[in-house]
Amino acid sequence: MFTGRVIGEIWATRRHATLEGFKLLLVEPYEVATRAPGGRKQGLVVAADAVDAGVGDEVIVAYGRAGRVALGGNHDIAVEAAIVGVVDAHSGPELA
Amino acid sequence: MLMGRVVGTVWSTRKEPSLEGIRFLMVRPFTTGREEAQDVVVAGDVIGAGVGETVLVAFGRAARTTLGSQDIGWQAAVVGIVDAISLQDGSTFELGPNGERIPTP
Repeated sequence: MFTGRVIGEIWATRRHATLEGFKLLLVEPYEVATRAPGGRKQGLVVAADAVDAGVGDEVIVAYGRAGRVALGGNHDIAVEAAIVGVVDAHSGPELA
Repeated sequence: MLMGRVVGTVWSTRKEPSLEGIRFLMVRPFTTGREEAQDVVVAGDVIGAGVGETVLVAFGRAARTTLGSQDIGWQAAVVGIVDAISLQDGSTFELGPNGERIPTP
């Protein structure tokens, strides 16, 4: 799991049938500011939305079975990343 | 899941039998700052994506669900072809064959 920020929404009409009805959001994972220089920034992640998140929200993303549980518990869907929470606040290292 | 651009096709004759009939595409994931990653993911495709298209790739069980069976030796699959993306600055666009942004009305 990781936290990140929703930076966009994606539309796809040609898709696997089980993606019907899911809002697909583009999430930019946060990098801990204290991470060693030269560390490669993670790629963007596409996640289905389980909590009515929107562009600009800070969110928590879960993968795999955990993500599908949040999306209703059907494991025969073509989704393996889901937004399972919206972050109100956090302590600890700065995120950027 | 990740979003990326199809940059090529992979052909393989000597392969695990359960992989028979699956098209393999090379997908270069998008990263932050509109860059493309250096690494390429090989994804099975039954949706019908072509080189130059922007696609969504899922992994693991989700990928095998798309390919039609959990009993195959495969891990990544194209699950959708991206029509349009809307960003937080309010812009909405399609992505052209070279990843260029084509504004939509």
